Amino acid sequence: MILAWNISVFVLGLLIFGATLRLMMGPTAPDRVVALDAINTLVVAIMIVLGAVYKQTVFVDVAIVYALLSFVGTLFIARFLKRNYL
Amino acid sequence: MDILTLVVYILLGIGLFFNLVGIIGLLRFPDVYTRLHAETKTTTFGAIFISLSIVVHSLHQYFHANDASGLSLSIHVVLAILVLAFTNATGSHAIAQAAYNRGQKPVRAVVDKLAEVEFLEKEAEE
Repeated sequence: MILAWNISVFVLGLLIFGATLRLMMGPTAPDRVVALDAINTLVVAIMIVLGAVYKQTVFVDVAIVYALLSFVGTLFIARFLKRNYL
Repeated sequence: MDILTLVVYILLGIGLFFNLVGIIGLLRFPDVYTRLHAETKTTTFGAIFISLSIVVHSLHQYFHANDASGLSLSIHVVLAILVLAFTNATGSHAIAQAAYNRGQKPVRAVVDKLAEVEFLEKEAEE
């Protein structure tokens, strides 16, 4: 079971690499925000899986706080995009 | 192989598959709306399924292996799933609205129904 979770953490890391490609390539600013949102969700998933691997609940707590903070960040970036600052 | 281990593996596989599909859609779709459509839903769905596999495993640990940390881990994971579901939906809506207000059009778009609706509403107010 531990091995399967480690492998899935590795695969999720590769997917973060793919989203980073879109973050760098993205032609417009909203594309980059979409890629950033994907990276945030994948990081939360990785933290949850690592919390199960190491049997530490602290990882999942950090994941909850990270999800809330990334939500606030996404909302603020969307607000700036709406006013055409970037 | 235990049936419960099989269930955990299947849930984990579904989650990884949907995350993979979401990232492929993010990389290959042509404009921001389709990328948002591909990425947000599938990534949230995949994260929910990966978390479900962990909930199943840790509840099994709690009830059958006398592991006291299993219950607290599963409760926290369920909380994280709830937070993730609500925030992802709201955030993607905000991104789409910002992209529309910036004036981005979908590729190969012919009509703009939302602009027509807003125009008609403005006329109805006057």
